[in-house]
Amino acid sequence: MATATATPTGTPGPKINRIGLPVIEYRGGKTTLCAGCGHNAISERVVDALFEMGVQPERVMKLSGIGCSSKSPAYFLSRAHSFNSVHGRMPSVATGAVLANHTMMALGVSGDGDTASIGMGQFVHMMRRNLPMIYIIEDNGVYGLTKGQFSATADIGSKLKTGVINDLPPIDTCAMAIQLGATFVGRSFSGDKKQLLSMLKAAIAHKGTVMLDVISPCVTFNDHEGSTKSYKFMQEHDEPINELGFVPSFEEIDVEYDAGTTTEVTMHDGSHLRLRKLREDYDPTDKVASVRTLMEAHENGEVLTGVFFVDTVKPSFTDLLNLVDQPLGTQPESVTKPSAEVLQKVMASLQ
Amino acid sequence: MATGDLALGHEQSKHAGIDARTRVVNDFSIQVATVNGSGSQSANSVLLKSIFDMGVPVSGKNLFPSNIAGLPTWFTIRASKDGYVARRKRIDVLIAMNAETAREDILGLHPGSAAIYDEALNLRQYRDDVVCYPVPFDKITAAVCPEAKLRKLVRNMVYVGVAAHLLQIDMASVEAALHKQFAKKQKAMDLNMGAVRAGAEYAAEHLPKQDPFLIERMHATAGKIIIDGNSAAALGAVFAGVTVVAWYPITPSTSTIEATIDYLKKFRINAEGKATFAVVQAEDELAAIGMVLGAGWAGARSMTATSGPGISLMAEFSGLGYFAEIPGVIFDVQRTGPSTGMPTRTSQADLLSTAFLSHGDTKHVILLPGSVKECFEFGYAAFDLAERLQTPVFVLSDLDLGMNNWMSDPFDYPSKPLDRGKVLTAEDLNRLGGFARYADVDGDGIGYRTLPGTDHPKAAYFTRGSGHNSKAAYTEKPDEYVEVMERLTRKFKTAQTLVPAPVLERSTGAKIGVIAFGTSDFAVNEALDELKKQHKLDVDYLRVRAYPFNDAVHEFVASHQRIYVVEQNRDAQLASLLKLDLAADQAVKLRSILHYNGLPIDAESILSELAVKEGL
Repeated sequence: MATATATPTGTPGPKINRIGLPVIEYRGGKTTLCAGCGHNAISERVVDALFEMGVQPERVMKLSGIGCSSKSPAYFLSRAHSFNSVHGRMPSVATGAVLANHTMMALGVSGDGDTASIGMGQFVHMMRRNLPMIYIIEDNGVYGLTKGQFSATADIGSKLKTGVINDLPPIDTCAMAIQLGATFVGRSFSGDKKQLLSMLKAAIAHKGTVMLDVISPCVTFNDHEGSTKSYKFMQEHDEPINELGFVPSFEEIDVEYDAGTTTEVTMHDGSHLRLRKLREDYDPTDKVASVRTLMEAHENGEVLTGVFFVDTVKPSFTDLLNLVDQPLGTQPESVTKPSAEVLQKVMASLQ
Repeated sequence: MATGDLALGHEQSKHAGIDARTRVVNDFSIQVATVNGSGSQSANSVLLKSIFDMGVPVSGKNLFPSNIAGLPTWFTIRASKDGYVARRKRIDVLIAMNAETAREDILGLHPGSAAIYDEALNLRQYRDDVVCYPVPFDKITAAVCPEAKLRKLVRNMVYVGVAAHLLQIDMASVEAALHKQFAKKQKAMDLNMGAVRAGAEYAAEHLPKQDPFLIERMHATAGKIIIDGNSAAALGAVFAGVTVVAWYPITPSTSTIEATIDYLKKFRINAEGKATFAVVQAEDELAAIGMVLGAGWAGARSMTATSGPGISLMAEFSGLGYFAEIPGVIFDVQRTGPSTGMPTRTSQADLLSTAFLSHGDTKHVILLPGSVKECFEFGYAAFDLAERLQTPVFVLSDLDLGMNNWMSDPFDYPSKPLDRGKVLTAEDLNRLGGFARYADVDGDGIGYRTLPGTDHPKAAYFTRGSGHNSKAAYTEKPDEYVEVMERLTRKFKTAQTLVPAPVLERSTGAKIGVIAFGTSDFAVNEALDELKKQHKLDVDYLRVRAYPFNDAVHEFVASHQRIYVVEQNRDAQLASLLKLDLAADQAVKLRSILHYNGLPIDAESILSELAVKEGL
């Protein structure tokens, strides 16, 4: 099996991955987001993860809603089809696209407004269906394109630049996703390269809904003193609940782990996700406990990150639908159009 | 009775006598008044199908409340030797099974009509000019149905027997209809046939025939089928190879999806037991159309079915579908609005809102089926058109067409291959070296698209509802935006040549013309026949079957002095849409005949209004 980073022999060329592509083939258009925007860092990690996992770019569908976050699919993986839909409705578009072609990888990027306000209705139902896709929330607690209003993930007491204090509780999209049926749920921080990259690689290996809430500071409207979604706040308050080690299916496992301190999860594609506990007795396969931990963290004013919940057993939405192996969208006419005899029989039954 | 339109003046009837000597054969209406949820549906269906089995053209309309059980409901059956299937205002035979409405029901009858009713209701006290047939339903039912809990249902079959006897419908025809209804359930068959016989026997012994209404055998239904429009549309979709169905339940469209699911389960599970389709009951109509567009974008033939409130919710996505150019099929089975309106009553009032559904300069292709056969044909064609034109295509049916049973010629198999539209494969891209998604290569306004998963590094493009240029790149440049918008206009012109053309139903060189669409057709044809009979006046008639309109519509208007646009809404929506297209000197020719009380339009209403307007 090829290794993730095949070493070129002879003349030094660009590093290529296991399917022979250089990282540049995973990049996208030039970002039009603000310099320093957390979203750009997330795009870079997505590029790295897809490159390192050796995903064929044409086998990915990128989906998004509306907002700063939802623009970001334009900034990575130009070789993949992309659908920038309407505000808050990416889950439904993704659902249709995945049903039309369930052999592809669907990667959705949303924001905290796009998900937790206008998009809440579709978000919760997508989680419930366990639709096989990766759903990333680029979470900065504010609306950027309309210049800095609070979103529904803003913490109580968080302060806007204008001095307005948020007095409504935040929606914890992770706790909600776990409760509703998503099967891979985690939170990360755009500034934590290592954790985010491992989480994304594990996400690629998972089949089912992956919901990643990535705190992604808005340098223009929400990075000041008093914000709970600023770089500074995150650097001071980020509390990883576990440390991620990801061994893709195409790499040999060469390091032993201690079962007492580490949970090992075998992913759908044979990859291994190792979660070393940083908090005593945290079990990422225990749904009830994981929600409880998240709620307690809220009470204590902590920002937990890490993989909160993994379930590799529950069937995905496409499993439940009992679909044929080939994509529905390109089924030949001989399969999809019943014969003249069939119509005749139906007509006879109506006479 | 709750529906004023059905109740005709009682005053005029007081002194009219009953004339049983004049036989009225195969040309009358029956109305069955029952309580919603009492299980009368099968009995009504058997009565209708037994007339059909007698070879007499027949149609049925269910006038039901927005309620699960308890409210009054009426089922009307029209037998018409001339094949008229529109609603008829006049009721000739009443079967009054609902104590609550019985008084109003009988008061609504014309003199000389007949009424079959539960003897306890003593309806004779209200009318001496109606033939009364009191029947002890409970007694008869108890004798044939020992199981008390089944009696409520079996009771309905007793009135079928009474009516069959009085109208002289052959028992063999009733039995054939019952067979169809209960298929393989022999026990139910026996029980119900027993009730029918008991009803017929009671009528033979106790109810001497005094009314003039009779069914006599004809041969006008041989080879015909009976089906509702929603099932017909579902069949169209299934034969068009639909693979992704997303929906949210709403009356009166729900049965479109239920029928689709039934057919898919029958015809589209492969040898390994795997499905070649996916059906999702979405969280709402916004999600339903989002799924349809997501699937259409990724290459699937996708559909949803809804009604007015759902159409409103689909507005934003419809604009995205138009602007980003994504195929999808939306069936709108219209009910009355505004708002929730009357959910179980029919209308044609979504035409304008659908034509321009969404903000900005958005317009849509709409198909307007006028029969169950066209529900099938357009249900099929909509998928070809959506993929050919790369846009959402709406099929506007209505409650009357969708939920009622109609007689029809059997549907023809669509033998042409499916038209999957302009889709480039990896081989095409190798040959071309690349492509611009929104470039008008062929001059018809339709670009070429690729599907996600196409194995070529230049296959991908970026789909967006924001401003884009011919290469699908984001733009705010005036010229690039205008270029896309003008190409979309060209595409709409191309649509004119592809959608079902209008049908010139009558062309006699008359000075006056009628334009109508959808279910108004049945009543228009009947009204124009009557106009000819009563006033010796010829009127031409053009039935439009799609939007955008094509040149035939312009020619029809140009070649007539006056045009009556007949439609089932308050605001003359078809006339308004036509006026947008017509030159000013042509637009002034349009006048409207409107019907919008929730009941299907009838010939009498059209005829009387036309006669007044023409000074006849």
